[in-house]
Amino acid sequence: MTTAAGALDLPTQVIPIFEGPQCAPDQLFCWDWFTTNWPTILGPSLVQHVYITLIAVVIGLVISLAAALFAFSRSWFASGFLGFSTFLYTIPSLAFFLMFVPITGLSLTTIEIGLTSYTLLLLFRNSLTGLRTVPRSAVEAAEGMGLTPNQILFRIRLPLALPSIMAGIRVSVVTVISLATVAASVAPLGLGKPIFDAIHTVFSTELISAGVLTILVALVADVLVVGLQRLVTPWTRARRTS
Amino acid sequence: MSETTPTSRTGTERPAADIVFDHVTKRYPGQQTPALDDLSMTVPAGETCCLVGPSGGGKTTAMKLVNRLIDFESGDITIGGQSIRSVDVTTLRRDIGYVIQQVGLFPHMTIAGNIGVIPGLLGWSRDRIKKRTDELLDLVRLDRSFASRYPAQLSGGQQQRVGLARALAVDPPVMLMDEPFGALDPITRTEIQDEFLNLESEISKTVIFVTHDIDEAIKMGDRIAVLRQGGVLAQYGTADELLAHPADEYVADFVGADRGLKRLSLRRMREVVAGGDGASNGASPYADAPSVDADATLRIGLSTLFASGAPAVQVTDGGRLLGTVTLDQLQDAVAGSSS
Repeated sequence: MTTAAGALDLPTQVIPIFEGPQCAPDQLFCWDWFTTNWPTILGPSLVQHVYITLIAVVIGLVISLAAALFAFSRSWFASGFLGFSTFLYTIPSLAFFLMFVPITGLSLTTIEIGLTSYTLLLLFRNSLTGLRTVPRSAVEAAEGMGLTPNQILFRIRLPLALPSIMAGIRVSVVTVISLATVAASVAPLGLGKPIFDAIHTVFSTELISAGVLTILVALVADVLVVGLQRLVTPWTRARRTS
Repeated sequence: MSETTPTSRTGTERPAADIVFDHVTKRYPGQQTPALDDLSMTVPAGETCCLVGPSGGGKTTAMKLVNRLIDFESGDITIGGQSIRSVDVTTLRRDIGYVIQQVGLFPHMTIAGNIGVIPGLLGWSRDRIKKRTDELLDLVRLDRSFASRYPAQLSGGQQQRVGLARALAVDPPVMLMDEPFGALDPITRTEIQDEFLNLESEISKTVIFVTHDIDEAIKMGDRIAVLRQGGVLAQYGTADELLAHPADEYVADFVGADRGLKRLSLRRMREVVAGGDGASNGASPYADAPSVDADATLRIGLSTLFASGAPAVQVTDGGRLLGTVTLDQLQDAVAGSSS
């Protein structure tokens, strides 16, 4: 698999270091191991994890927005795509990843197909809801004032759908971050890899490190998305003061 | 046109234009009766025409035909002599101010953003839009600091003022208003009605104003078109004509059994006292009578008469006594003008 991001190339062979010189095998958490292996295992895994998540959410968003814009005036497509994405969502994640292995192999592509599919339901539904719940009066006024259908879509409907779309992105990002750990069972990428490696050992430091890092990534990502949301939807916080 | 309204993009001032309905019929698919049946009327340039009638009378339909939000099958509508069908629909709408009851401000744009939408689409410079926005806020009597606020931060009345400012942004010769003040509380409504009347005297616009409230129509309209069920024009004329000579039972019913009283609202005390008997202006036998401002309506004058029990009222203009008016004179004034 070749990608633009070098961080995503499959590692040739990473041998996890289970015990550093200062770590006892029965120690719950060995800080020494963490610092020793940060540059070689944990750091790169974390970066991979972020890339994997970003790719899935961005592709999912592009597909969902396009589908929502298309579905907006065609209810047959709306219910069709909603059914399709709901179906994808119900497939157990591990089964989903493995389903594509015969076609796309043990690769990043397989992972992204699975992760992207999981974002579709949320992102599509939220985008469509956002577009549909734009105040009727705003659209009526826009029509009467002489905005063209495209201007109404891009200047009125899409911006007003942003709060709903951003809410979808927020949940999707956190979902994908957690699901991406499972994806390491298909291709050894992201923070799921050290987790899967550590599962077979009695040495708990690696498992805890990778697990906590995944949670931290999810938390930071959530804060960042909320920050972005506030930045792009300033009117939602405008309230009457007098 | 006043100095506060700059010239339009073409560099020429835009005078109001007359609107002519010429045998316009609109029939919605699958409906037995037409929504609008062979409507012919002319709204002269610079005048306000109120469309009144029951739900299903076609008044909103008639209004929406003008900016082609609704298409019609037969007949024609012209603005300033030009058929609205001969103009590109986007161009047509940008030349027509549009105000609706729900205001329809864009919640994600600031007040300045809302007012500047159409100027922006027409390619006005940032400076020109800013200048125009300030002028319009002055015109609708909102503080200029409102420019940076969002619609959600404004009261209903303030929002409708912005709605008006937005509709006036490119100084359109024609305005369509669909029950614009219908959602406001009575006090705010009266206030904004009065201001709109003032504003109209400064900027000359041809206005089609839809309302279900006959009192509002009498107050706002130079002319009133009463529609009835099935979109038939029952009567078209000035408020005084409608009140004095309703064309039929239906119109008489619609304008109300108290139409005699309503006519009193159409005239000012000044007119009666000026046209009154000169002899009564001399040594007044009614020195104790209550006084009424010359700009008060006859209705107020009559009310003052009844409230005080005096035989006449004194009409004053800024403290100066113009004369007195008796009950008989009030009656003569109304009866006389209807003949």
